[in-house]
Amino acid sequence: MEKILDVKDLKVSFDTHGGEVEAVRGVNFHLNKGETLAIVGESGSGKSVTTKALMGLIPSPPGKIKNGEILFEGKDLTKLSDRAMSKVRGKDISMIFQDPMTSLNPTMKIGNQIMEGLIKHQKMNRSKAKSRAIELLEMVGIPDAKGRINQYPHQFSGGMRQRVVIAIALACNPKILLADEPTTALDVTIQAQILELMKDLQKKTETSIVFITHDLGVVANVADRVAVMYAGKIVEVGTVDDIFYNPQHPYTWGLLGSMPTLDDEESELAAIQGTPPDLLNPPKGDAFAARNQYALKIDTEEEPPMFKVSDSHYAATWLLHENAPKIELPEAVKKRTQGFASMGASNDDGKGDTK
Amino acid sequence: MAKYILQRIIYMFITLFIIATVSFFLMKLLPGSPFAMEGKLSEEQLELMKARYGLDQPIPVQYFNYITNVAQGDLGVSFQFDNREVSTLIMKKLGPSLQLGALALGFGMVVGMLLGIAAAIKHNTFIDYGSTFLAVIGKSIPSFVFAGMLQYYIAVKLGWLPAAFWEGPRYMILPTIALAMFPIATAARFMRTEMLEVLGSDFITTARAKGLNSVLVTFKHGLRNAVIPLITVVGPLAVALMTGNLVIENIFAIPGLGEQFVKSITTNDYPMIMGTTLFFSFLFIFIVLVVDILYGIIDPRIRLAGGKD
Repeated sequence: MEKILDVKDLKVSFDTHGGEVEAVRGVNFHLNKGETLAIVGESGSGKSVTTKALMGLIPSPPGKIKNGEILFEGKDLTKLSDRAMSKVRGKDISMIFQDPMTSLNPTMKIGNQIMEGLIKHQKMNRSKAKSRAIELLEMVGIPDAKGRINQYPHQFSGGMRQRVVIAIALACNPKILLADEPTTALDVTIQAQILELMKDLQKKTETSIVFITHDLGVVANVADRVAVMYAGKIVEVGTVDDIFYNPQHPYTWGLLGSMPTLDDEESELAAIQGTPPDLLNPPKGDAFAARNQYALKIDTEEEPPMFKVSDSHYAATWLLHENAPKIELPEAVKKRTQGFASMGASNDDGKGDTK
Repeated sequence: MAKYILQRIIYMFITLFIIATVSFFLMKLLPGSPFAMEGKLSEEQLELMKARYGLDQPIPVQYFNYITNVAQGDLGVSFQFDNREVSTLIMKKLGPSLQLGALALGFGMVVGMLLGIAAAIKHNTFIDYGSTFLAVIGKSIPSFVFAGMLQYYIAVKLGWLPAAFWEGPRYMILPTIALAMFPIATAARFMRTEMLEVLGSDFITTARAKGLNSVLVTFKHGLRNAVIPLITVVGPLAVALMTGNLVIENIFAIPGLGEQFVKSITTNDYPMIMGTTLFFSFLFIFIVLVVDILYGIIDPRIRLAGGKD
């Protein structure tokens, strides 16, 4: 597998009145050509900041990339000037945002909003850009694209707007698409449509996708690999199968355990106790220790390194150390992983061809 | 759109009719008579004068006559200014007032908006504080102080520009700057607040993510959205500036409407008061209509019903 993006020890922090907030604290991951990597984690875990850093869109001040490399096709994006970076943005790497209601300019025709990138990056003239914009709108499934191109965002529904946002992102055939919770603000039926559309387009365009979400259901649906983020770090990374059938990190257990299922007789949904740590003063040792019922003494003293589970599967928890006590998976998680495994057969035929 | 504008014009006439009625009766409540200043007139002479101007008739009849005349476009004849037509007098004085007002508004908006944008982009820096300071000064110090200072330093001490009168472009510079301080301050404050909010919004990030440079993002995507609230205050501000600024007109000896309006009130010059009031009202309603149409052009979300696009 060819790596298209390789992020090494990325650290991003923000200067606030209270001090320096370390939003991303040394993140390592890579993205293979043509695959979909899902980054999951709760709010404030640094998912969005990581993607913004990849785009060079961290507002500075107060934010800054403190450390690390973002290697895109071998060149380090953190070293590029803003001018050079603007040639990458929208052309090689583009982004889909969370809320389609606010991510389009309300005073500009959507056609013009799609054409901007084409005119800038592909040096198209207006009429050529216009016909390409119509093509793009048709591609993302907007009926009557010719007529709709002269309309304003408020004349579109939420799902349709997200299609427009996707069309903007795909305008210049980017090599990487960063999708920051693209379905979170949509209602469920539309969510499924947008996910289908994205999978479909990925097949056609062979774009690599980084998919940010907190919805594990979505992850199972779209991703090839999954990175679980907590408190500015990736705590577990592996293929979808690794994460769903053989989770290793207690935080991943917590996430899986708090997923609602239909065939569950228990009325209560397991929640992860406590709140994420304050990244103004990150705790010593494992950031998850305070909420972790399986925490070991060493968790409060030293940060766990990434332990290798298999070639594709790594997790940062001391429980994987050879001296650690063997721990039984919590009941709720066990039931779920078994449930996933039994559903696996039906899930796989939907996803098999995207792999 | 055409239907809407037509509708608004009909409303405008209804409003003007109501204003004419109210100001007519209010004026009748003013103490004194237009002829009190004429020195000692005998009873007979006074009666004659009243009869000549129709003031001897009962008030309802006077009212009816007045409205009929106005409806025909006749604002009457001034009692004080050599019996000249009110409309001629207004038109004659209107020129300088409109010019000064439009200049101050235009200059004020451009400078104020640029200041506001600069403050928003470089917020919490020296540029931002400087622009805020200027805005506070512009809002809190009355225009005649600036007028006096400009006259003294630039015109009298340095002799660069004329200190008074209205006889050409060079004469317009100082009064324009003095009068523009308030619109500059208003525009700068509005622009800073709105621009900060707009630049923080998601669609700006979308535009940046397309690879557009920040100048293009600020002016093409930001400005149009940030300017919407400012338009609301521009309407009344424009009327206030253009219908004659009494103080500035006096200081710079500009023959404008403001001066004339005040003079006509102190002399009970009924037709002149009525004419000017109606004219101001007309201007106000007209500018509000223009502002409403501008809204639709700038923000498609408030494009009015019936507008096809």
